[in-house]
Amino acid sequence: MTRWLLLFALVPLVALLPVPDFWIFQLNYIGLYAMTCMGLVLLTGVSGLTSFGQAAFVGIGAYTTAWMTLNLGWSPWLTLWVGLAFTFVSALIVGLITLRMSGHYLPLATIAWGLSLYYLMGNMDALGKYDGLLGIQSLSLFGYDLGQGRPFFVLTWFILFASALCMVQLLDSRAGRAIRSLKNGTQMAEAMGINTFRYKVTAFVMAALLASVAGWLLAHFQRTINPSAFGLKMGIEYLFMAVVGGVGYIWGAIVGAGLIKLMDDYLQVLLPKLIGTSGSYEVIVFGVLLVLVLKYLPDGIWSLVARYMPRRDREVDWADAGHLPETHKPQRGELLLDVQDIRKQFGGLVAVNDIRFQINAGQIVGLIGPNGAGKSTTFNLITGVLPLTSGAVKFRGETISGLPSREILRSGMARTFQHVKMIPDMTVLENVAIGGYSRGHTGVLSGMLGTNHEEEKRLFKLAQQQLERVGIGHTMHETAGNLAMGQQRLMEIARALCADPALLLLDEPAAGLRHKEKQALADVLRQLQGEGVSILLVEHDMDLVMEVCDKLVVMEFGTLLLEGTPKEIQESPVVRAAYLGTEH
Amino acid sequence: MDFSIASILMLDGATNGAIYALLGLATVLVFTVTRVIFIPQGEFVAYGALTMAMLQAGQVPGTVWLLMLLAVLAALMECWSRWHHDRNLMHGIKSGLVMATPPLLIALLTLWAVPQNFSMPVQALLSIAVVATFGPLVYRIAYQSLESATPLVLLIVSVGVHFAMTGLGLLFFGAEGFRNPSFLSESWSVGPLNITGQVVIIFTTALLLIAALWVFFERTLFGKALRATAVNRTGARLMGISTHAAGQFTFLLAAGIGAVSGLLIGPTTTVFYDSGFLIGLKGFVAAVVAGLSSYPGALIGALFVGVVESFGSFWASAFKEVIVFTLILPVLLWRSLTSGHSDEEH
Repeated sequence: MTRWLLLFALVPLVALLPVPDFWIFQLNYIGLYAMTCMGLVLLTGVSGLTSFGQAAFVGIGAYTTAWMTLNLGWSPWLTLWVGLAFTFVSALIVGLITLRMSGHYLPLATIAWGLSLYYLMGNMDALGKYDGLLGIQSLSLFGYDLGQGRPFFVLTWFILFASALCMVQLLDSRAGRAIRSLKNGTQMAEAMGINTFRYKVTAFVMAALLASVAGWLLAHFQRTINPSAFGLKMGIEYLFMAVVGGVGYIWGAIVGAGLIKLMDDYLQVLLPKLIGTSGSYEVIVFGVLLVLVLKYLPDGIWSLVARYMPRRDREVDWADAGHLPETHKPQRGELLLDVQDIRKQFGGLVAVNDIRFQINAGQIVGLIGPNGAGKSTTFNLITGVLPLTSGAVKFRGETISGLPSREILRSGMARTFQHVKMIPDMTVLENVAIGGYSRGHTGVLSGMLGTNHEEEKRLFKLAQQQLERVGIGHTMHETAGNLAMGQQRLMEIARALCADPALLLLDEPAAGLRHKEKQALADVLRQLQGEGVSILLVEHDMDLVMEVCDKLVVMEFGTLLLEGTPKEIQESPVVRAAYLGTEH
Repeated sequence: MDFSIASILMLDGATNGAIYALLGLATVLVFTVTRVIFIPQGEFVAYGALTMAMLQAGQVPGTVWLLMLLAVLAALMECWSRWHHDRNLMHGIKSGLVMATPPLLIALLTLWAVPQNFSMPVQALLSIAVVATFGPLVYRIAYQSLESATPLVLLIVSVGVHFAMTGLGLLFFGAEGFRNPSFLSESWSVGPLNITGQVVIIFTTALLLIAALWVFFERTLFGKALRATAVNRTGARLMGISTHAAGQFTFLLAAGIGAVSGLLIGPTTTVFYDSGFLIGLKGFVAAVVAGLSSYPGALIGALFVGVVESFGSFWASAFKEVIVFTLILPVLLWRSLTSGHSDEEH
């Protein structure tokens, strides 16, 4: 926090220093651009979505305040909120329409949206057509003019740093971790109870709102606006700034905005001189530079700085935190999972053919079978990743088939993945805390404002407890991507346990593990069983399965071959034939 | 509005739509084979029209110099990556020469042809050859080493390429606009309609090209190989299909289609160095209508875009671009409602 205070103190200090007015003027623009780019960091760098429409949202903010202050005589401090409301509604509509579809539709839609808004601004009489609006009032507060030079610098950079602070706090919160989980596919996030679509829309709208604030400032700073500052070219330039600076870093937005703004000014003077005629030749340099940056420095300039930034372990301040709400646990022996004749057809292929089995509370059940038997498909049917063709899955008496994964999690069933799905650049502790998402309540706003401390402490306490429960508590401050395979799998189990499940579904937890790691896994599974957790295990490793399971379900070619205790299965000639073939 | 105005607008829209269809097809083609969302498609349109205009005026088109420049650059890159691969300088020089020779030959041929004042069809062919050759060079220089990047990164690269190509267009052609003479000066009256020779040429060329593309992708082994690359890159490589070659060839086709579109549109409107962008984007809207995957879909989408545009310019001419580009939102909504979600691990 002291670092933030220093940063905020720096702003009036710079304004008081005898910095030439020219540089204050440049810094004002850089601050405005950086604000817009910061939205892109959240959108592109953090959530993995791309938008060329930021400039259009800057335009909405700018034109709203310009028109209202000029024609209705409203105070700019009021029109700011009107602009934000317009931006909110339009971003919500664009987001709701496009974010359901795969990644590249959002950039396409925002290109079209940026273009049509540009032509709309340029053709409406009320907005002054391509000449724009002139004579917009300067910002003032209690008669004191804030709108130009140093006072404006202080205002802009205060807003910029405040947004950065909110953003940093948000990304380190329950909602922020949900947003960060969007980048690597939505399956894991959904399985942890996160409504990924909602968070995608949230990120898009937040980025738009930041742009709108920048537009409001811009209109009152320039005191004249025209469509060219809000066209597609500018939208592309914003993305360019963010990419060059480092789209994954909040400070990258400021570095990128500064660099491109200064380069832009310099090249606009230099290049026409070199070439001999006037024209916007700087786009050639920018275009080439963009391609080069993506090739050779895909994480942007700030990544060079970030490499040398010391990384401090998270301070453990949650020792005395309370507990998160727990679910009502089933009695030992109670019927937990009832799989009733589930069937999955892919076209003419019956991948899963009327499979039925049951799991009672306290049991470890293994689902085994040769390659291609349909185990993983069965697993995906139970967890709601794939829709059923027919049949039903009941969990604790309630039908869960047809529900999305995130609802299934909330009913008390948590899973891991065959290929570990995590956020590699977050710490182990933060990754595991995602598992507790469904048990928390704090949202985006309290994340930004930092009013979520109590729940954060509880989440981290829970995460640490679960890590210790599976025996890798010592790794909690490590970066998740650096863990060995065995530890990553245990981390996934800890993450699933954070959801406080009655039934744990493990998809090939022993795949890729060494002997020692398998032993550790078997111990963890038995210990969990002792603590009342039931487990469904899809597994290839026979030693592990035979050692820990109470009951085995054997599948072959999509059908149920046999159900029984490990001993019965081992002795069964049918199972042997399925695995090893028959003698003729 | 009466029937005669409506039919004139329909014809006008369908004519533009035919050109958008070509560009939409090129966009779909590039996306399915390389996963590149090729925003600079429109630049080839402008390059094609302006190259033709320069040839008509008896001047050396700026594209020729640009072509030589890019050829040398691509050759150096090819030479370097080859040498980097097996440390054999001869291999490097050889593959560099293979890369640079065709564009350099075409450039020299054009330089020779300029003062000869050939007839229009010859100049048209020459323009197409010059601009089409840009395709593989652009792919080699900007995209090839990023082949395995995500579609999103490739899209941002496309934006960079678009910037660079627009700026270079300004540098080599200047800010002046050109309107090319029509290939056929005859015109016929059918009822209220006045069908010009250019309209006939546009429809014929578009239909022929679309048919040729269909035959190529459905009936030839190479076309099928390209489609295989589109479905599964690794699998295609294992079957001996070079993804580099597939990418470069696709870009050759796309640039060639762009150049043809430029020649077709040249006589109907004044083309500036940056005109291509909007024209290309309308082809793009058409491709999006088709979900970036279906050729017949892109054709229907393009005709739709063309007709909407012509009716839009009749009713509210200032807002025709607004209408065309806002159209993409309901289209996307419709697609998102019908296609369900397809967003896992692309």
